[in-house]
Amino acid sequence: MNWAIAILQTVLFVALAPLLAGFLKFCKCRLQNRRAPSFLQPYRDLLKLTRKQPVISEDASWLFCVAPYIIFTMMVLAATVIPLIAVDMPTSESADVIVLVGFFAFARFFLALAGLDIGTAFGGMGSSREMTISSLAEPAMLIAVFTITMTASNTDLSGAILHILHSGSTLHPSFVFALFALILVAVAETGRIPVDNPTTHLELTMIHEAMILEYSGRHLALIEWASQLKLMLYGVLIANLFFPWGIAQSFSFGALSFALVVLVLKLVVLSIFLALAETAVAKMRLFRVQEYLGFAYLLGLLGMLSHIILESTR
Amino acid sequence: MNIETQDFYTQAILSMSALVGLMSFLMLGQGRLPRLIFVFAMQGMLLTLTAILAANELHSPHLYISAFLTFTLKVVFIPSMLQKQVFAMNIHRDVEALKNNTTVMLSGASLMIFSYYVLQPIIHTSSMIMLNALVVSLSVVLLGLLLMISHRQAVAHVVGFMSIENGLFFAAMVATDGMPMVVELGVAFDVLVAAVLFGIFFFHIRTSIDSLDVDMMNKLHEVER
Repeated sequence: MNWAIAILQTVLFVALAPLLAGFLKFCKCRLQNRRAPSFLQPYRDLLKLTRKQPVISEDASWLFCVAPYIIFTMMVLAATVIPLIAVDMPTSESADVIVLVGFFAFARFFLALAGLDIGTAFGGMGSSREMTISSLAEPAMLIAVFTITMTASNTDLSGAILHILHSGSTLHPSFVFALFALILVAVAETGRIPVDNPTTHLELTMIHEAMILEYSGRHLALIEWASQLKLMLYGVLIANLFFPWGIAQSFSFGALSFALVVLVLKLVVLSIFLALAETAVAKMRLFRVQEYLGFAYLLGLLGMLSHIILESTR
Repeated sequence: MNIETQDFYTQAILSMSALVGLMSFLMLGQGRLPRLIFVFAMQGMLLTLTAILAANELHSPHLYISAFLTFTLKVVFIPSMLQKQVFAMNIHRDVEALKNNTTVMLSGASLMIFSYYVLQPIIHTSSMIMLNALVVSLSVVLLGLLLMISHRQAVAHVVGFMSIENGLFFAAMVATDGMPMVVELGVAFDVLVAAVLFGIFFFHIRTSIDSLDVDMMNKLHEVER
């Protein structure tokens, strides 16, 4: 039963990710006074891409063709770790938050290799930028999540969420810092506006798009889907870790469906905030990204400090 | 001390102190003056809320008066005055290029650890909440100093100076149930006078070196070279 729910949850994760991207696009379009495409547009795009024949450069090695499958698999595996609608899953017990960061790093490694493999200038540039950003974002993310896991004295995500649920309405000063740090990191890692612009193909500014420029057909579909999944992963991580109320603690049908409704509400609120921020904030220069991520790291560090100074047992 | 075993008042005060500390860090990394002043006003707002909380919990009505004073002076009067001067001198669009922003931020974090280390001996003579609140207020004082060192605009120096006073006020409120009313009124009046004097100084600096960037003062010499 547990495994069935775990698999259901992962399937739900993978299936809902394009919908979240579609909703985000809808919010952005409405905020910018444009007519929005349907919520289902990302699904249609993915379907269209899978029907097309992939064009592969003759200089590409086997790595180029394998990379999309590896990246997509890693994102699906990461989706099994994060509790979506219920805690106490067998999959989330077998892997903790450090493994989650490892999955992200693994996927990113292959994406950067694939960018380099084809030998174009853009691919190499994108890979180098991606690695620069992620080398700064990863410690910030780890330290932000460690603040939570130190409070719960458990690096397992479901354990941490259960701990927060059981501690009731305790005000944790350190969570405020960790939340802000994690939001900053999530924006940088999913390539949203102040760091990278997901909608542009302008040579000088693109990071993620530069790496996947050479992909087409089903390979591109898998990579697009993986990046939508990554956005959803970060969204769910933030929503469920800091606002876990409503998540199902038993596996009854009622609890699970209630948890799903609550989760959708949380993600709607989160994506409205993201769309607002993306509309209001201008993209920053690449060389200011290290300041931005340095600030995220500092916030995580402050969260850790205020956990030790203000909260912990001595 | 485990936070889950504390009452709501303690938790709220600790959260407030964390937010006050966060505001100091935000000020430290801020290159634009209007935003810097806005964050300063936010810190004043947090202090007001803390004062109201403390007055409510400790049943000391004179803290309401100091909350009111904080609100009028540090949230409304001084920020709006500074804002007006910044706009009048047409420097609101200037972005100060902060040198070594990351280094300054990290040294801010180490100042926080340092103040914790310095105040550690207090643990024997006082309650935990007092220690924690004192740590945050000492680090707010030190961060205010760091803000004055790292920024070059005179307006930023004034904001740093005022945030030092914020740190002292926070300590007084949380640790000792508020200062005596006479002292508090005196300090509030001092801050007011200081704000007015700074306004006059701005214009003097501006007329003598034609800028509010204090690095330009290096150009001033007793003897003409």
